[in-house]
Amino acid sequence: MNAVFEQIFQVGFLAAIIRIATPLAFATLGEMFSERAGVLNLGIEGIMLLCAMTGFTATSLSGSLWLGVLVAVLTGMLMGALHALFTVALGLSQHVCGIGVTLFSSGLAYFLYRLIFGQQSVPPSIKGFQTLPIPVLSDIPVLGPAVFNQFALVYMAILAIPLAAFVLYRTPWGLSVRMVGENPRAADSAGVSVIATRFQAVILGGALMGLAGAFLSMAQFNAFTFGVVSGRGWVAIALVVFGRWDPWRSAGAALLFAFVDALQLRMQASGLGHIPYEAFLMLPFIFTIVAMAVMSRNAVAPSALLKPFRREER
Amino acid sequence: MPTPAPLIEMRGITKSFGAVKANEAVDLSVAPGEILGLLGENGAGKTTLMNVLFGAYAPDAGEILIQGQPARISSSADALAAGIGMVHQHFHLAARLTVLENLLIGIPGKSGRIDRAGGLARLAEISRQHGLTLDPSLPVSALSVGEQQRLEIVKALFRGARLLILDEPTAVLAPSEVDGLFSALRSMAAQGLGIIFISHKLNEVRALTHRCTVLRHGRVAGRVDDPANTTSAAMAELMCGHEIVPPARGPSTPGEAVLALDGISTSKHSGTTLRHISLVVRAGEILGIAGVSGNGQRALAEVISGVRAPDAGRMTIAGQNVSRFSPREVQALGLGRIPEDRMTTGLVTNLPLADSMVLPRIGTAAFSARGLLKPDAIRAFAEEQIKAYDIRCPGPMTRAGALSGGNLQKALLARELAFDPKVLIVSQPTRGLDIGAARFIHEKFLDMRAKGCGIIVIGEDLEELLVLCDRIAVMYEGHIAGTLDSADATVARLGLLMTGVEGRG
Repeated sequence: MNAVFEQIFQVGFLAAIIRIATPLAFATLGEMFSERAGVLNLGIEGIMLLCAMTGFTATSLSGSLWLGVLVAVLTGMLMGALHALFTVALGLSQHVCGIGVTLFSSGLAYFLYRLIFGQQSVPPSIKGFQTLPIPVLSDIPVLGPAVFNQFALVYMAILAIPLAAFVLYRTPWGLSVRMVGENPRAADSAGVSVIATRFQAVILGGALMGLAGAFLSMAQFNAFTFGVVSGRGWVAIALVVFGRWDPWRSAGAALLFAFVDALQLRMQASGLGHIPYEAFLMLPFIFTIVAMAVMSRNAVAPSALLKPFRREER
Repeated sequence: MPTPAPLIEMRGITKSFGAVKANEAVDLSVAPGEILGLLGENGAGKTTLMNVLFGAYAPDAGEILIQGQPARISSSADALAAGIGMVHQHFHLAARLTVLENLLIGIPGKSGRIDRAGGLARLAEISRQHGLTLDPSLPVSALSVGEQQRLEIVKALFRGARLLILDEPTAVLAPSEVDGLFSALRSMAAQGLGIIFISHKLNEVRALTHRCTVLRHGRVAGRVDDPANTTSAAMAELMCGHEIVPPARGPSTPGEAVLALDGISTSKHSGTTLRHISLVVRAGEILGIAGVSGNGQRALAEVISGVRAPDAGRMTIAGQNVSRFSPREVQALGLGRIPEDRMTTGLVTNLPLADSMVLPRIGTAAFSARGLLKPDAIRAFAEEQIKAYDIRCPGPMTRAGALSGGNLQKALLARELAFDPKVLIVSQPTRGLDIGAARFIHEKFLDMRAKGCGIIVIGEDLEELLVLCDRIAVMYEGHIAGTLDSADATVARLGLLMTGVEGRG
């Protein structure tokens, strides 16, 4: 047992957690912005997939990784705008439209991918992001190689957390987002445009989901497959609740999930081979359900979540 | 008071919703330093007129002048920019954000950040000027209703409002809070602000305002230039179009006890704990329960109606022990109940009115058979009650939430009275209702009393309780601080009991 333990908790283990947490952190922050403004975005799973595809394709065709990231972000913003158009401007059901966006985006991703790359025996791949060691910091023992010898997108995710907290809690726009998600009528009577603020928040959320998708196809797997997202979008929705709609807690939730996921990967590879690997695959999701059940009982959603806002209503 | 150039003038405002003319050729003006009362029954068009002024609705015709200049107000942002602030009846606050955050919403920050320091300084200044103190770091959910209203006023001033509109601000306040509000409003007027005070409580209007405009059916029915020296009766007549005579309560001839509580206590559930409550209501009498809100009235109503089980004590209806009965069981024994909040516990706002009207008795033979509803019977019952109680609505299948407060209250009353209850428990029967509707409700109570029903009225309006009740019990911190015959009771004596100064236990 001790040997198994040692095998699991290597230096690389910490690095793996950070890497697994990165797309989840982007996605969770994106979903959080959207929900804080009162818009549940169930389109997240499909949006991440479509962005993974467009980013990958742009890089594959142009050879530029950052152009790929840009395209993925723009795709995310576009799909966010689409979701906002349905749910904010037209005030339609957020559940139905979100699922619609996911189905549409996924279908579109598969379709465009086939259209552009055809059916190939060996799936195309790109030379994805390489690790970018930060001088000095990466020499710190244990922490250095784990945290400061990562992809550029990982550093962006780490910076995105305090930035999101700053925007949400310290800027007038962030206050508008929170107010619009709590009591849109109060925001409206204070002269804040509820529609515009919600649009902006959902689009910003889409951009972050785009980064999550880009990370998957351009840093983690360096290829686009139909299973590239495989439920990470849904997990992010749970993590937002788990993180009580707060950037720090949400990022913490992403890290915790990544820890369990990294753990199960190691357990699969370790000497516990007589247990079917599917059992390990289930672990992070069982953890999510248990964590949600235990930790989320006091979580209070933004009061106006799911509620469309219309001005002249008697 | 001399009238300088008006701060705001509305001329010939007309606004229709479909076929209904909510406002028709309404003129109104407010001078700096003036408190204008805007009077009218529910549905007279007061709220619509103010929503036009605040930019929520675009008028079909008419113009608005601000300090003599024509102004276009097409959004609340325009109204705010024009110096118009509004305190809505339902507060526009985000419960989970802090007082300061609620103040700073929509205010541009300083170099991209929320200007907390500037906000705090401005709040302190406003607090000092008008005696409106608030703790900026508390979340709104931790504030009392009175404090939330104070925050709404401060919010308007914070944005530099020169005209403040208050839509029925006293409806949610305890008597002592009303005094505080009035002194703040007088202080603001003294400093040159214009105030529009919407109400249908005539004694308040007379005490506070300098001038009144009275609306009826969307039109200006009249103006009162000296409210303090005009009788309430004269103003009521302007509002209703006819004379209003308060109902006369004849001598009571109480019979046997229909409801008795003996040593009822509850422990540490949500809300106030009840401590050893003993009460008797006899057939043919009206018992009032007075008290500042939050002293256990809600818990008491819940225990009596079977929603909450008491931890100790005994409750009987017509001699039968019902301490552990469910709401349906006590109701079957003849208990009628009109809850405090019409919209949440009273009826289902998204269902047709007819469904809400039969909801408590949906399982009885009158409305269902063999597990299926009888839609015709339900509809017929609703139609009958709508006619009998003059409930103004397009029909029994109207969404209940679309009805006005007075009509909803009539519907709830009809629903209970149709089954001749032995005991009726009512919370805040006329809160938010106009004189006509309140008068109607009171008459019904007195009819029921004459028929031998025992009625409990839980209320905060002492004047109302004194007119209506035979005896008044006062609740203070979960127990009965004292019970007075209404012949001996005065507002002053009840007030002492309500604040725990006098009384036993």
